[in-house]
Amino acid sequence: MDWQTYFFAFLVGGGICFFCQLILDLTKLTPGHLLTGLTVLGGILGGLGLYDPLIKLAGGGATMPIISFGNSLAKGAIAEAEKTGVLGVLTGMFELTSTGITAAIIFSFLMALVTRPKG
Amino acid sequence: MPAKKLNPKQAAYQKKVKKYEPKPKALRNALLAFLSGGVVCLLGQALTDFFGAVMDLPPEKAATPAVATMIFFGALLTSLGLFDRIARFAGAGVAVPVTGFANSMVSAALEFREEGPILGIGAKLFSLAGSVITFGVVTAFIVGLIHAILPGR
Repeated sequence: MDWQTYFFAFLVGGGICFFCQLILDLTKLTPGHLLTGLTVLGGILGGLGLYDPLIKLAGGGATMPIISFGNSLAKGAIAEAEKTGVLGVLTGMFELTSTGITAAIIFSFLMALVTRPKG
Repeated sequence: MPAKKLNPKQAAYQKKVKKYEPKPKALRNALLAFLSGGVVCLLGQALTDFFGAVMDLPPEKAATPAVATMIFFGALLTSLGLFDRIARFAGAGVAVPVTGFANSMVSAALEFREEGPILGIGAKLFSLAGSVITFGVVTAFIVGLIHAILPGR
């Protein structure tokens, strides 16, 4: 744990959110469009190997934004593809993201079950 | 919004009214998103270090439980009705990190909760988040295929 990672986590994570907010306010894109676009961007950056250096620099500043989801999908697919060929693209796809997706399904389902809607 | 054809009188009125409309505070919103997004990512980094120390994981592996925890926070805050209140000023600062992904799932499920656990919660959980997963997987599939077919890199 060093302060530099925390500094860049704040700067990079905040910076990403800064530009995303500008996009939301100044264009007609909805949050749905934005999040989908960011995921696609993450997949492309992951394919080019450009996102991992950012994670190394900024830690949580790069792993928390949804771009990281696209990056992890691509990285999982690529890693298995390099080991086992074309079939690896299918088997490796959710290799790195299954924790996030499973957690999201379990937590969301439970929360939705126990929450009493207001009004 | 489809632009309606306005007669000159209406156009003049619209121009006049526009002056008195509140200007979208884009810069202020963006700065708030910067601060809140920064704090969310700081928390994410702190969780990464925490899990790294507790579970004895290297940083790149410790990010996974940290992401899962942030998803839990996002879902919990949505369930308590606090997420929207925070998002009102934080905007993209909480929507772009994975907390926003969890929020989109819980809020979609809650909206259709009345339709029951299967047709409501189960079916609508991904009504917003599904697009992220679909496009993410399609992108990763193409990227992975390129890597599998092209020799080397």
